[in-house]
Amino acid sequence: MKPERFDPADYFHKVVDCQWACPAHTPVPEYIRLIAAGRYADAYMINWESNVFPGILGRTCDRPCEPACRRGRVEKEPVAICRLKRVAADFKDDVRPRMPAKSEFKNGKRVACIGAGPASLTVARDLAPLGYEVVVFDAEPKAGGMVRTQIPKFRLPEEVIDEEVGYVFDLGVEFRHGHRVESMSAFLAHDWDAVFVGTGAPRGRDLEAPGRKEAAAHIHLGIDWLANVAFGHVTKISKRVIVLGGGNTAMDCCRSARRLGGEDVKVVVRSGFEEMKASPWEKEDAMHEGIPILNYMVPKEFRHVGGKLTGVLFEKVRAEYDAKGRRSLVPSGEPDEFLECDEVLVAVGQENAFPWIERGIGIEFDKWDMPVVDQETMASTLPHVFFGGDSAFGPKNIIWAVAHGHAAAVSIDRMCHGLDPSVRPHPGYSLISQKMGIHEWSYDNAISAQQRLKVPLVENRKALGDIKLEVELGFDVVRAFEEAQRCLNCDVQTIFTEKLCIECDACVDICPMDCITFTADGPEGDLRARLNAPANNVEQALYTSDALKTGRIMAKDEDVCLHCGLCAERCPTGAWDMQKFNVKLPRAGASCRSTA
Amino acid sequence: MTFLPKPKFRHPAIETNELGLTHRDYEGSISTLCAGCGHDSISSAIMHACYELNLPPHRIAKLSGIGCSSKTPTYFLGNAHGFNSVHGRMPSVLTGANVANRELIYLGVSGDGDSASIGFGQFAHSIRRGVNMVYIVANNGVYGLTKGQFSATADKGAKLKKGAVNSDSPIDLVAMALQLGATFVARSFSGDKGQLVPLIKAAIEHRGPAFIDCISPCVAFNNHEGSTKSFDYVREHNEAVNALDFVTERAPITTSYAPGDMQVVRLHDGTFIRLRKVGADYDVHDRIAAMNYISTREASGEVVTGLIYLEDHPEDMHDHLDTVSTPLNRLGDAELVPGQAALDKINAGLR
Repeated sequence: MKPERFDPADYFHKVVDCQWACPAHTPVPEYIRLIAAGRYADAYMINWESNVFPGILGRTCDRPCEPACRRGRVEKEPVAICRLKRVAADFKDDVRPRMPAKSEFKNGKRVACIGAGPASLTVARDLAPLGYEVVVFDAEPKAGGMVRTQIPKFRLPEEVIDEEVGYVFDLGVEFRHGHRVESMSAFLAHDWDAVFVGTGAPRGRDLEAPGRKEAAAHIHLGIDWLANVAFGHVTKISKRVIVLGGGNTAMDCCRSARRLGGEDVKVVVRSGFEEMKASPWEKEDAMHEGIPILNYMVPKEFRHVGGKLTGVLFEKVRAEYDAKGRRSLVPSGEPDEFLECDEVLVAVGQENAFPWIERGIGIEFDKWDMPVVDQETMASTLPHVFFGGDSAFGPKNIIWAVAHGHAAAVSIDRMCHGLDPSVRPHPGYSLISQKMGIHEWSYDNAISAQQRLKVPLVENRKALGDIKLEVELGFDVVRAFEEAQRCLNCDVQTIFTEKLCIECDACVDICPMDCITFTADGPEGDLRARLNAPANNVEQALYTSDALKTGRIMAKDEDVCLHCGLCAERCPTGAWDMQKFNVKLPRAGASCRSTA
Repeated sequence: MTFLPKPKFRHPAIETNELGLTHRDYEGSISTLCAGCGHDSISSAIMHACYELNLPPHRIAKLSGIGCSSKTPTYFLGNAHGFNSVHGRMPSVLTGANVANRELIYLGVSGDGDSASIGFGQFAHSIRRGVNMVYIVANNGVYGLTKGQFSATADKGAKLKKGAVNSDSPIDLVAMALQLGATFVARSFSGDKGQLVPLIKAAIEHRGPAFIDCISPCVAFNNHEGSTKSFDYVREHNEAVNALDFVTERAPITTSYAPGDMQVVRLHDGTFIRLRKVGADYDVHDRIAAMNYISTREASGEVVTGLIYLEDHPEDMHDHLDTVSTPLNRLGDAELVPGQAALDKINAGLR
């Protein structure tokens, strides 16, 4: 079943589930090993190169890596990758000497980034060291975008934002703060070589219901309210608060409200608890702070007495699924429920808004009034204007914004060198043997039985009293080591060399997960059914060899391989070897300009 | 040799047998033999056979002598009884254990040195006494623990790694077992679990002396060109007389095989083995013909494998000695020490 074109860069990258799932393709196992070795600054720099904001992401990332983590398929829970990233940021030494120097060389190209959020800052970080003159514009006095305005300080301290935003500006990036771009056509008249739009999804969706206008003084849009809290314009809230919405913004709202005087704070969602958009850990954190989450309740009316809010009336619903599995919420027939409250925070979604981009200047918008953006190059229909982050495809998260920034920087760099941005260089890779002795490897191949460790928290009484007090304490070095040792080192790949194999079965016998089978060749579906252990996870590849001496092939199911290296330890001929895979993704600079 | 313990994690969809055990519950500690040793494959085949037969590990006794082969019982069935005896004395210890407790399953694991040299006499007598056991020889033709000198089963003309040629005649343990009256005789190859696992299962179910000579290449000292016990040589010269399916269902078998191509053999406990004949018209029930056949084939350089001989109505040592059917550890003092009157009666009978 050998595929016609076996692409090692892609094949082995996919085996590293976490790295493959990370939009910025952070080499996770590599930095986790460095954390285990106590080399925090090295671990930080690996992160910094890939995702620009290790300290910020180590606290706030949506962690697409964790559901993908192989450990979650082998044991109960994935490695706490996100919080290990924070460990690298917490315990590193001064990393400034390791940062790229301000470029002496100027290539004469001028790039503008509109909005100073994570997407724009990534573009600036990638391009400034190459000699670009990068100018970042933002309406706010400080850079960071939603990272600074919407994420509460008890989750992400201001110093962390200042530090990591600072590293970007240290590269010689100019910041024009308090400068709101009001007209794109006027802006484009300044002859920028490239313009990157990273203005986020700045408008909170409202909830129309009777009483909304009358009680407006007591009903706030979640993201605006969070920004006001972040800048200190809002410092208290009433005792009884209802938060409407089930996303991460709702979680930030309710937890902030708890810290600003809200004693009876509730989250009420339309959908079921399980289907809420908020990440499971954010829901857990909210409930841990004594905030109930009530589900299947649709707001029907804001009740008030002369403009003073008294509460919200909810219709009770239940979920019904049609033949195609689509859900609709239908009235359950139970009586409506009235919940008393003094203030309401509406966090039912965010929208993009581009009132400042004139239509008809070459930037096309689609029927949802979103810019038409190329998924790969991030280019708009105006060739030198690019979009990224939430402003490109609607609200996602920080790590996607970073990935968009990298992609746009590659496009801009290619375009400014007269190359077609839509031609993307194929990633390079290296595979290096980790063998150090007969049974010694350069990585720790013993498999830890440790279960996932919890990050210690500040006790509730203290945490709820101070909105700026970071509630998570982070792992200490001992816990960080224990957690890091749970990583299965999936980047250390099992590499098989047909011509060395004598078919002694030693690898088959030793493999703790029954991953390896020697059998007759066949089409993939047939082969999967004939392996020593069921290979039902078709998302995970089968690693197969050409025909061996007996005519059979070697087939390995990658799904639950522990990367323990026992197959290679028990192989008498070195037909199995453990080799560290490193993917070299093209980034702005020389690597993206060669298409070899 | 691997220093790490084998990780405890197992495949999330691993299957269990009727006892609720997985094949990993039949493991022992991690092997300290050389990487790629054929003996490890034999251990693995034993584990799979016991797993597939739903045998509770604690009802098995594994006994061995000295040598690479005899180290292996440590590496399988960690919850079975074990006895690592003096060099070549495994058969006597096994016989004694079997006399005392006939209810356990006895696995004698030995090597070509342990059984064809120092323990040759012991091997012979345990077979001719008809001890109910599975006697497996992991046969690699060299003394691995002492760095690869020829053993007594090395073929005349075989070459050592450094070129020395064997001038002595080999002992063929299969021929010996046939001659000495083993009621189940087989030869297999560690590199062919498809053949080895069903053979071990059938041997365990067989009630009588079952002997399996398993060629097991020594990757360190006897897996080179010129060796007649290497992976390549055995694969090239392997002549299987039959292929064997072990049928666990205790019901008669209906199959689609053409008559004459297949032979169904009923074992003492009602299980069946199904033999598919390969090539020559070979009858597993004809001991004399079997001896002739293997001598002829081996003279022309073939390695005959498969189930070579099977006695349908085997007898074992306990039948011959008319021993008590209850294991001695379950008899009380009154039965074990019948007293002066009983002794007097016996003595009187001998006068």
